[in-house]
Amino acid sequence: MTEPLLDVRGLQKFFPIAEGFFQRVTGHVRAVDGVDFTLNEGETLGLVGESGCGKTTASRCILRAIDPTGGQILYRTRDGRTVDLATLPQAELLPLRSEIQMIFQDPFGSLNPRMNLLDNVGEPLLVNGMRNRRERTDRVADLLRLVGLRPEFMHRFPHAFSGGQRQRIGIARALATNPRLVVADEPVSALDVSVQAQVLNLLLELQSRLKLTFLFVAHDLSVVRHISDRVAVMYVGQLVELAPTGEIFAQPQHPYTAALMRAVPAADPRVRRDDGILGGEVPSPAKPPSGCYFHPRCRHATDRCKVEAPALREITPGHFSRCHYAGEKVF
Amino acid sequence: MADITAGKEAEDRVAVASNWKLVWWRFRRHHLAMASGVLLIFMYLIVLAPDFFSTQNPERTDARQAFIPVQMVHFFDDGSLSPWVPAIVGKRNPTTLRMEWTTDANKKVPVRFFARGYTWSFFGLFHSDLHLIGPVDPNQRIFLLGSDRLGRDQWSRIMHGTQTSMTVGLVSVALSVILGVVLGGISGYVGGKTDQVIQRLIELLQSVPTIPIWLALSAALPRDWTPTQVFFAITVILSLVGWTTLGREVRGRFLALREEDFVLAARLAGCSRMRIILRHMVPTFTSHIIATSSLAIPVAIINETSLSFLGLGIRPPAISWGVLLQEAQNIQTLALAPWLLIPGLIVIVAVLAFNLVGDGLRDAADPYSH
Amino acid sequence: MPPTPTVIESAVSSNEPLLSVRDLRVSFALDEGLVRAVDGTSFDVMPGQVLGVVGESGCGKSVTMRAILQLVEKPGRITSGTIRFRRRDSNEAVDLAQLPPRGAAMRDIRGAEIALIPQEPMAAFSPVHTVGDQIIEAILLHGHRWQAGGRKLSRGEARDITVGLFRDVGISMPEQRVDAYSWQLSGGLRQRAMIAMALSCKPRLLIADEPTTAIDVTTQAQVLALLRDLQAKYNTAIIFITHDLGVIAQMASYVVVMYLGRIMEEGPVDEIFHAPKHPYTRALLQSIPSLYGQTRVALPVISGALPHPFNRPPGCPFHPRCPDVMERCSAAVPKLEPVAANQLASCFLHHDKAEAE
Repeated sequence: MTEPLLDVRGLQKFFPIAEGFFQRVTGHVRAVDGVDFTLNEGETLGLVGESGCGKTTASRCILRAIDPTGGQILYRTRDGRTVDLATLPQAELLPLRSEIQMIFQDPFGSLNPRMNLLDNVGEPLLVNGMRNRRERTDRVADLLRLVGLRPEFMHRFPHAFSGGQRQRIGIARALATNPRLVVADEPVSALDVSVQAQVLNLLLELQSRLKLTFLFVAHDLSVVRHISDRVAVMYVGQLVELAPTGEIFAQPQHPYTAALMRAVPAADPRVRRDDGILGGEVPSPAKPPSGCYFHPRCRHATDRCKVEAPALREITPGHFSRCHYAGEKVF
Repeated sequence: MADITAGKEAEDRVAVASNWKLVWWRFRRHHLAMASGVLLIFMYLIVLAPDFFSTQNPERTDARQAFIPVQMVHFFDDGSLSPWVPAIVGKRNPTTLRMEWTTDANKKVPVRFFARGYTWSFFGLFHSDLHLIGPVDPNQRIFLLGSDRLGRDQWSRIMHGTQTSMTVGLVSVALSVILGVVLGGISGYVGGKTDQVIQRLIELLQSVPTIPIWLALSAALPRDWTPTQVFFAITVILSLVGWTTLGREVRGRFLALREEDFVLAARLAGCSRMRIILRHMVPTFTSHIIATSSLAIPVAIINETSLSFLGLGIRPPAISWGVLLQEAQNIQTLALAPWLLIPGLIVIVAVLAFNLVGDGLRDAADPYSH
Repeated sequence: MPPTPTVIESAVSSNEPLLSVRDLRVSFALDEGLVRAVDGTSFDVMPGQVLGVVGESGCGKSVTMRAILQLVEKPGRITSGTIRFRRRDSNEAVDLAQLPPRGAAMRDIRGAEIALIPQEPMAAFSPVHTVGDQIIEAILLHGHRWQAGGRKLSRGEARDITVGLFRDVGISMPEQRVDAYSWQLSGGLRQRAMIAMALSCKPRLLIADEPTTAIDVTTQAQVLALLRDLQAKYNTAIIFITHDLGVIAQMASYVVVMYLGRIMEEGPVDEIFHAPKHPYTRALLQSIPSLYGQTRVALPVISGALPHPFNRPPGCPFHPRCPDVMERCSAAVPKLEPVAANQLASCFLHHDKAEAE
């Protein structure tokens, strides 16, 4: 069995809360509070959760856009070494940047408005050593063709393009340095429905063509289901369930996952559900509940859930859940 | 109602337009700002070659020709294009024993454009004796805007004053911009302790009252410095105090830009910090800086004018608008020679023009602000 | 004892539409050209009905709603069409398009008869007033809705009403929450407060402009359930604007599909989802990933891209991207005509009537 491309162990990111005149640290926002998963080469892992669950923070830690406060991010480089991205010094991190890239959510903020497409998409190439302008122009033309845009557009500026087109440009930029791992942070959330489909198809095609590995962060379950091989669900900074897509949607092993799925409105008027609407609010990551973080809203909660925090355990091979009663109850 | 579809061509043109082009297209529509811009360009032409626009040497004194009134240029002489100015006729007042001058429209002194006059040099590169306007007879002295108490020609002095005042304004703002962008940028991008230190420095500079500071700094200038040295010193002093507002703004912009996705994308691509600041962050607000600067220049001009008017800035024999206004300081002089206030008018015009251009630029660069 | 909310719509004839929009056109005169944001839309809203308006960006759904409330900002204006609304105290319908936007009549209608739930609850609340303050202000303004006979409501009474409203919309600890500022509340609570404000003057028509786009899916489920409950209780008609087809399927009884300022198709929700007639509706339904379809396969997409507003296609606005395009489609604009028992569509595949140019 080959080594996974990415092995995240116990990832933590706490933000200190400073209060008072002297700015003393009174507590921590536990944005990412123990996340473990592996990512194999060529697969897509969907990281799903609602606002405040920590999925964006976790993805930024993996990219080392922010520094994690704890845990390991073991990454297998192109030349076979395994490094811990969490603690790697800047000098060693820099050459690895070309291997891990990001696709952003906001098509309007992710491109430099003052640079034309050639400069925007060519920036990673320039910074990583391709100084010859002719070479860069050719490569940018190839990349634009790859994402379905005409190469002549490279002299245009971002303001001339629609949201969907800008997202394609962002994808072209992310692929410029031939990355192995691409973190896609809600890449279709800001797009119209018909454009979403185009971009999702493009991502699927590029993955099979270029053998990419995706970490797909999203809040839309239908989109995540469509594109992922495996799905990880996060709640208040913790991973609560991790399983192959088919399994998790057919038989969720965590009450939160089940509630999440029930909450998605079905695009079929004949399917109207009024049962099991999840009440209550998402707790603040600065003051999470005792025991299992989900217990105040869970209709299966017992006294044990209030005091004992469940660990992430393997219920069936490949299917993990952070619930005392996973495998016993139907959610 | 027919709809005017912009069409494919226009769409293409806009698509490849860089930000500067877009700003220019928007600026073009502000007619008042455009007109002011043209005026300012004209004034900076004067800055480049004030001697060309003068009629005589501004230093030339003649006590017998003090307080000569304005000799207005008339363009037509009996229907034909032949410019002239009325001659000056003097009469000694029997009571005050002072010469009183009036213009006599019957005696015409012909003038011409591109006349020959005293020689001048253009930054030491070449010499010329050509002037925009001058008397046909080069030995005649004409006073297009009158003369002052020492018999010096106001028009020529204003031209030279324009050079000094507009240059001080421009250079001191340029220095402020450099200081503001560098310090403000470091403060915003690096953050942490550096940010705190620079911010406190800005607050310190801003809370000190400016006039006493200028007094102290100007008084500290050695008396034996040449006018040129004093000129540069005043410029530097003005910029040392003026950079703080821009510094704060730049810091604010940097703080906001740091969180932008495209900046993060540049970081993830492997860009160095310097490259991110210079290539990605600064260009997004350069047009804003230029707009802010063009609104800061008139402030600098007024500061210099005030300083020099009080005798603390540029001192005679150097000429600036403030120095010229010194001559108009007492009521008696003003009663005798009200045309000595004309430099004040020029200041107003210049300041207005800069403000209009600055407003137009700001609206063009940031159309969502209103 | 605070006044209790009463059923808003009594036995006024419910065969007559509450709101009747005919051939509405709204244009924006921009520097670069004229943008026809709404290009001839017509639909009815019956009392107590939930009408779903679905469409992508640029289809004109938000502008239509703003036109109904006469909130269209310059340089936009209503260029033609009628918006007939049956006011509470009369059986006559008044044409809202003819009323002056800032006039007393329109101000009476806004809030008291037609209310808006905007997309961004943060933007709708003032950051320097408590949420209670703003609702109390609205109640006092339209005091006659809670107190017949012309007596003015006191501030205390209005506050009691507000607390009651908060309780109705499911805000816990309503007494304290009334004194909170909008930025102190979470997204879900803010949206509920927004709904409370919209309902505060017992409107007969509620326009909800993408009310759940900015909130999480579990909160969305709560808010949608709340809206269903309130709608049943007060018999308020709702115009529900969204791009989310799932929400439409769960909330609406009648659906209007818009594209580039025109209505492509309208009909009962079941027919629209299970027997769509217009190629755009069909393509839209096929292109969304669902929780039940095949995974990791290419979704059928609508080819091409949304045209630039200055470059509107001649004839049918959808024809450049239509899989079933015919010659006629680029020459004439199809009218919205009945194509089935209860459905209307503007498509030459189904009928032959074109708009007169």
